[in-house]
Amino acid sequence: MSIFFILTAIVTLFAAASAMSLRNLVHCALALAVSFTGIAALYLQLDAQFVGFAEILVYVGAIAILIVFAILLTRSGEAPENSVLTSGWMAGIAISAMVFTLLGWAVLNSSAIPKENPPAPVATVKNVGDALMTKFVLPLEIIGLVLTAAMIGAVIIALKESSKSETAGRES
Amino acid sequence: MTALQGCLLISALLFAIGFAGAVTRRHAILVLIGIELMLNAANLNFIAFWRFGPHPEALTGFMFVLFSMALAGAEAAVGLALVIAIYRHKKTSNLDEVKELKG
Repeated sequence: MSIFFILTAIVTLFAAASAMSLRNLVHCALALAVSFTGIAALYLQLDAQFVGFAEILVYVGAIAILIVFAILLTRSGEAPENSVLTSGWMAGIAISAMVFTLLGWAVLNSSAIPKENPPAPVATVKNVGDALMTKFVLPLEIIGLVLTAAMIGAVIIALKESSKSETAGRES
Repeated sequence: MTALQGCLLISALLFAIGFAGAVTRRHAILVLIGIELMLNAANLNFIAFWRFGPHPEALTGFMFVLFSMALAGAEAAVGLALVIAIYRHKKTSNLDEVKELKG
């Protein structure tokens, strides 16, 4: 592991922690974008260039912006006066610390983890495209269907629900 | 500590941070942000196992990450639409005040 990898990981984790702990929601969304960029840099260093750039496109470009839009649409841009934590926050912190301890123990003591590092695999855009069009073509089509359904569903959920009262008003 | 273990530890810590945020914060959008962080931790695991695993030329872990990114996009769109719908109904996005289904 190079020093650059460790630095990227530290920036990513710090940004994630601040995204979960800042009071102002807009600051949280910006820290989240920084964290996603750090994860994309980690992917690039793990020889997954396509996934790294897709991460920047999808997460930083779309999801972070969508979250900022939702924050502004729900008028929660200012920091709240009262507590931002739920009543049972100590139990939540304890459970997540236990989860991390268990995962870390399992990772450090597992015998299934190979000791030597294999050479870097090649995942060029051509390879990825070939695999998507041959071996993974059915999941690709299904994911297209899922995305269409989710888009239509999101529009319907977020639509104004005034149609029923409007028609009732017109009839009366 | 091998590079694979380092990646797995980073993603475990990212998952713990996302989980802690998702269960402790009161705002609905922050819960969604925590879920996104947990999904990213899982994706990092997939990429690490793909990179350091025995058969990287099969591209399975790689493809799993691509598809899970698409699903995360769909999930974020629907989740944020739900937050906006709840806000329009109840004029709040504080999860402690949305408790009609509480037993």
